[in-house]
Amino acid sequence: MTGAHATDAFIRLENVRKVYRTRGQEFLAVSDVTLNVAAGELVSLVGPSGCGKTTVLKILAGLHGHDAGSVEIGTPADPFDPGRDIGMVFQQSLLLKWRRIIDNVLLPTEILGLPRAESRDRARDLLRMVGLEGFEDKFPYELSGGMQQRASIARALVHDPKLVLMDEPFGALDALTREKMNLELLRIWSESRKTIMFVTHSIQEAVFLGSRCAVLTAGPARMADNFEIDLPYPRLLDMKTHENFGVYTRRIYKLLGME
Amino acid sequence: MENRRERIGRWVLVVVMHLAVIAVWQLWITLGEVEAYIMPTPLATFATLFEDYNWWSNTLVTAASVFGGFWLAVVVGVLLALLFSWSKWLNDAFMPVIVSLNMIPKVALGPIFIVWFSYGIGPNIIIAFSICFLPILITTARGLNEVEPELIDLVRALKASRWQVFTKIQLPGALPYIFSGMKVAVVLAVAGAIVGEFIASEKGLGYLMLQVQVTLDTAAMFMAVLLITFVGVVLYALVLMLELLLVVRDARVE
Repeated sequence: MTGAHATDAFIRLENVRKVYRTRGQEFLAVSDVTLNVAAGELVSLVGPSGCGKTTVLKILAGLHGHDAGSVEIGTPADPFDPGRDIGMVFQQSLLLKWRRIIDNVLLPTEILGLPRAESRDRARDLLRMVGLEGFEDKFPYELSGGMQQRASIARALVHDPKLVLMDEPFGALDALTREKMNLELLRIWSESRKTIMFVTHSIQEAVFLGSRCAVLTAGPARMADNFEIDLPYPRLLDMKTHENFGVYTRRIYKLLGME
Repeated sequence: MENRRERIGRWVLVVVMHLAVIAVWQLWITLGEVEAYIMPTPLATFATLFEDYNWWSNTLVTAASVFGGFWLAVVVGVLLALLFSWSKWLNDAFMPVIVSLNMIPKVALGPIFIVWFSYGIGPNIIIAFSICFLPILITTARGLNEVEPELIDLVRALKASRWQVFTKIQLPGALPYIFSGMKVAVVLAVAGAIVGEFIASEKGLGYLMLQVQVTLDTAAMFMAVLLITFVGVVLYALVLMLELLLVVRDARVE
């Protein structure tokens, strides 16, 4: 397995295994995931439905335990607080309908009890960064799907977490908005320098965004491969027609048994 | 967004339509030559207001039963729903029993409540409460459970407390549901209070109706019905105003 050198990696997953048990039935959700992620990487987790991508995210978020292997996040020089350093973005924006956009963005700071005035300033800065300046006092229903998702990205960053987990964040958007949001995410990532785990079932999206790509297969759910994507940033849409881009997508298709 | 002119127009329409119903009523009696003891005209009905029926105190007593039973139901219904949303065991154990108990015709319990709680406003409040609290409980329970599980994940990753989840996400999310339950409950509370007054009471509009029935004073009976309706409308308007105040437009359950 390739990856950041095991000792200085920010996230270290080793032979992680997770079994769900319901009514005596056992379901192997994740088997043998080994992955090292350096701080500041954007890792795409790609694979078909039911391959355990979301389970990996939930284990990283501390929402699920694991049955075997080890999960470590943070280094002595760059410590990780599991109750604080997580930001999450889902397929649905999950904005609270009764809160204005700025108050939606502030939700994590309220839960963590961070100082109000500073948090508000930070939320405003972030809304500017995601391109929602002037929409602070709107309600979610006044925004388009893409704009709502931008707001939910701002919400994931407002408490300055070290790790941002994204579970198919653009899966519900139309194709054009999705491409636009991919470019936006790369810009936001380069400005915020966060470590991002990005779950998707789009192979194109996985290659276009990731500095690293982990491929998971279903039945049984296991990790097939994980490799660096050596394409230069900033990435532009015309890169998708580039020969190297095709090399990576073909490699993933092959791993998923589609070639 | 509706502009000011449209809103005023809508209110004018509401008033005009209400007046139109009264006008049709008046015309129907006059042109149809209906006997006054069968159906009085609106004018004759309103004229009874100046007769000595203690309208004001009777209306206040009925309003107290309706409002008392209704708000008691709101408090108990919301608290029970909260308890059930926190404990699946409590929910599974008690919800079916409550639904079965709700099948009892509360009207039939009236005479028993009188035995238990004696005469007066107390039993009427309890009858109104028992008849209208289930819709509030059910809609609130549904609203509290309607939260997206991923949203709970998002805040639990930050170690949100149960209380934070309740006050920041569950309760405000359930408000539209609570209000739709309350609107159903208003109608039931009015019916419950009046039934109580029919069965055993020495005050209130329901009691007054039985009194004037003996003398075949149909006009006064109609006036009593109008006032009962008015009490319900006032409570309904109060609920609507509260909803307007507390629930963001797009989150409302229509």
